Amino acid sequence: MRFFEFEAREVVRRAGIPVTDYGFTTDPAEAKAIAERIGGPTVIKSQVLTGGRMKAGGVKFADTPGEAEAHAAEILELEINGHMPRGVLVDPRAEVEQEYYAGVVWDGTRKQPVMIFSPVGGIDIEQVAEEQPDKVGRRHFSNILPLSDFQAKEVIASTGVTGSDLNRLVPIVLRLARLFVENDMVLAEINPLGRLADGSFVALDAHMDIENEARGRHKKLLADLGVGEEETRQAREATPFELAGEEVDAQDHRGVAGNVTEFDGDLGLVIGAGGGSLTLFDAVRAHGGRPANYCEIGGNPSVAKACGLAKLVLSKPGVDKIAVMMSIVSNTRVDIVARGVIKACLELGLDPAEKIAIFRIPGAWEEEGFKILERYGVDYADRSVSLNEAARRAVEKIQGAPAR
Amino acid sequence: MRADGTFIAVEVEDAAAGDTELARRLAEACPVDIFLASDSGVALVDGNLDECVLCRLCLDAAGARGAGSPVKIIKLYDDGALLD
Repeated sequence: MRFFEFEAREVVRRAGIPVTDYGFTTDPAEAKAIAERIGGPTVIKSQVLTGGRMKAGGVKFADTPGEAEAHAAEILELEINGHMPRGVLVDPRAEVEQEYYAGVVWDGTRKQPVMIFSPVGGIDIEQVAEEQPDKVGRRHFSNILPLSDFQAKEVIASTGVTGSDLNRLVPIVLRLARLFVENDMVLAEINPLGRLADGSFVALDAHMDIENEARGRHKKLLADLGVGEEETRQAREATPFELAGEEVDAQDHRGVAGNVTEFDGDLGLVIGAGGGSLTLFDAVRAHGGRPANYCEIGGNPSVAKACGLAKLVLSKPGVDKIAVMMSIVSNTRVDIVARGVIKACLELGLDPAEKIAIFRIPGAWEEEGFKILERYGVDYADRSVSLNEAARRAVEKIQGAPAR
Repeated sequence: MRADGTFIAVEVEDAAAGDTELARRLAEACPVDIFLASDSGVALVDGNLDECVLCRLCLDAAGARGAGSPVKIIKLYDDGALLD
């Protein structure tokens, strides 16, 4: 769940990292008052959860409070990439001698946070890494063991920063790393981190993203920031198809049959179990398939929920067939899911043998499940067929090629 | 009495269907609420028949399994095989 810049700045400030004397508002008159309090040139920044603010006119410079008010009024009405701003941030125009980058990102492959530092800030760190790789320092660290000064110092020093700058940057990077771990974040980035004329450092912009599943652990922080429980903060609003998926999953407490994401392909997916969804989705694409959706099913949902999910996917315009596939071997009962997806076909007046491209869920109660599938002529595979092979067969079927 | 779902049918012998004590035990035992206990005995919830997880708790509550049980769980997808 992403934070707006004004929220991320507050998180940074609470962690003891210096920030500018900024203010957030939804009212142009208040923007003027904030600019008066700042008492100098200001920057008015749209608070939207999308990139390209500057290019879209969502960041404007003001020399007077009156100008700040006028810019705020314009920006508050400005839609950027389909997003209306939550408000504006009124920020002093700091006299910066140099811009740095400090960030911590969750490395899903290593299952560890990685600290990233660069003395080249103010632009995308990916660009710096490509153009000046020696100016980017990285280090993984434990999210369980305490972080040491030495670790932060090593990362910063590896980019050529020395002396007083190094000493002043170490606590900032350390605090950033700690706030990342303490708040279950997947991204905590200060860019730019500005060095002022007196040698001090100040966070000029911040981006943060908290692990969605950890929201429950940070209710106080979210309440303090005014983040409503209903706010998903996803990259785009949920589609009616996705909302319908949520309703299916909410039918009862048993298992999971939802977390649907809409795509525009022709192969509907009923996939899941132990990370199987992502693997299977990727496998379908790797074989040239065009998924109509992503979803998650597992943990022994009721027949009604499996049926509801399959009906939803089958009813999606453009979906020709569905592939029902789960992880290597699943604890979710095969017979229950088989009943659900077959029932979905029957209730929609469709032939399960025609509409289910492949059913590959080996595991609990598979013998019973296979009896059901055979009864309705559904093509199924047992555990001797890999996820990859099952995905290939599903794609071949929908593309009209003979399945091997 | 008998009720058929798509995959599962449940049959309760007529002689046992009016037994309120059996009805109470069945309603208590079934994890997916196929049985309801009423003043007139056992009632079957059609919408839950296909949720049957084949746990046999109803058969145990009825005191017998297989052909001799007053309650029969029939697998329609398996040529009417009885759960025993």
